Amino acid sequence: MTAHSAATRRPFKPSWLARLGWALVILYAIYAVSALDISWSRFVDGLGNGAKFIGELFPPNFDRWKLLVENLLETVEIAVIASAFGIFLSLPIGLLAARNLMPPWATWPARTIICICRSFHPVIFAILFVKAVGFGPMAGILTLVFASIGFIGKLFAEAIEEISLKPVEACKAAGAPFMSVLIYAVMPQVLNRFIGFATYQFDANIRNSTMVGIVGAGGIGGTLFAAFQRYDYDFLCAILLSIIGLIMVSEFLAVRIKGVFND
Amino acid sequence: MNNQNNNGNGGDTPRSLIVKDVVKEYVAGKPVLKGISFEVTGRSTVAIIGPSGTGKSTLLRCINRLIEPTGGEIHVAGQDITKLSGTELRHARHYIGMVFQEFNLVERLSVIENVLCGRLGFTPVWRAWLRKYHQTDIDRAYELIEKVGLGDFVTARADSLSGGQRQRVGIARAVMQNPDIIMADEPTSSLDPKTSVEIMELLNEFSRVQDIPLIINIHDVNLAKRFADRIIGMSKGHVVFDGKPDELQDSHLKEIYGGEDWLA
Repeated sequence: MTAHSAATRRPFKPSWLARLGWALVILYAIYAVSALDISWSRFVDGLGNGAKFIGELFPPNFDRWKLLVENLLETVEIAVIASAFGIFLSLPIGLLAARNLMPPWATWPARTIICICRSFHPVIFAILFVKAVGFGPMAGILTLVFASIGFIGKLFAEAIEEISLKPVEACKAAGAPFMSVLIYAVMPQVLNRFIGFATYQFDANIRNSTMVGIVGAGGIGGTLFAAFQRYDYDFLCAILLSIIGLIMVSEFLAVRIKGVFND
Repeated sequence: MNNQNNNGNGGDTPRSLIVKDVVKEYVAGKPVLKGISFEVTGRSTVAIIGPSGTGKSTLLRCINRLIEPTGGEIHVAGQDITKLSGTELRHARHYIGMVFQEFNLVERLSVIENVLCGRLGFTPVWRAWLRKYHQTDIDRAYELIEKVGLGDFVTARADSLSGGQRQRVGIARAVMQNPDIIMADEPTSSLDPKTSVEIMELLNEFSRVQDIPLIINIHDVNLAKRFADRIIGMSKGHVVFDGKPDELQDSHLKEIYGGEDWLA
């Protein structure tokens, strides 16, 4: 009797639906590879081309260093200006989007703005703004301002939604005006997280501002793309190395800034 | 100005609290408070006892309108709180000190910043932001921190303090408001027995020295009997006992909390 019931009691029933799902995923992967003309021989040929390409990259050519420095400075300027405006704007928008402090008539518009800012990749924004304001850094700045609002605004709103409401209650009970409640009971709880998001976004803006130039929105990306198309591979290598250097410097700065505010 | 003339809110009415037929329904038709009425005038310590979930915290939060009462009137120092809104309500709240079960301090701010929170009601936002308080407020904050025994911790961060020390900061913050009444919502529930007694003594001392009525929600019947001049027993949204501590008999406790095995 006991042997019988032990044999029939099975806590882990096979799910045929899940198995069918996995089978479909594998079938689709096989179909997609054949449909997209991906083959082993192309990969092997590609390896050869890649090796040739890497060989032509070296040694890097820093002859046109003036152009390089000029472009790098423009890239940094785009990132700094965009970060400043983006961070400044995302503070009120993030606050308005926090559902634990704000009524729905404030959170819905703010959340819509954040959602629109997040729905497009910076490249798409850059293309739109190049159309709107023409080639040059202005388009790059606008692109990254929107990217910053989308990222910081969303995370900041979430940080505010996670705070403890106990100090808020205490300040309200003491008759504090709403702005004072924000300054005393909310800001101390979210400030260092906000600094964290802002420095991360600054770092991301530096990286993205090297890219917006590819579609003509200013910065080193334009020169990089031109060098690439002219098979100017040794100059290309110089550009890539200087971008790596720039990113390392900005990461170093970000870590230091966060260190100051972390306690 | 210490408001020690026993006259709150401008000085025309003695410090008093009148709660009249207060009803609170979170869900329509299911009242939590079913017509609570009592009056407190002048210096006295009133302990409100009752089982969890009977609406004690709701009652206190109705008095300063952190929770909107559904019906009834609440007069603090002669002013009908239920009729106020906007700035008037904020200023009325300023004269109602509140001490919380879990202290409700801003963890990342210093002790003195937390105490000065008690002045936010009458401090312009820019002054509060830049910490440019009037010198009289700062002096008073120092004095109160000294009085609650935290003189060495003025600039310490609130999250570096122990539970008992945090509640002392909470009390200093409430007294900083120059309140007409002080309400304490389970002020000792998060503390050990010895600290609980110290906190109750401190609250009672402020109440006595400054002539402020003190309303305390409390679980601990023995602490209530020891420190209160008057005990209000609540059960299922009604006041079922209102009298002096020595009038409180086992039969009343049985009515308030139900059952009797725990009384043995």
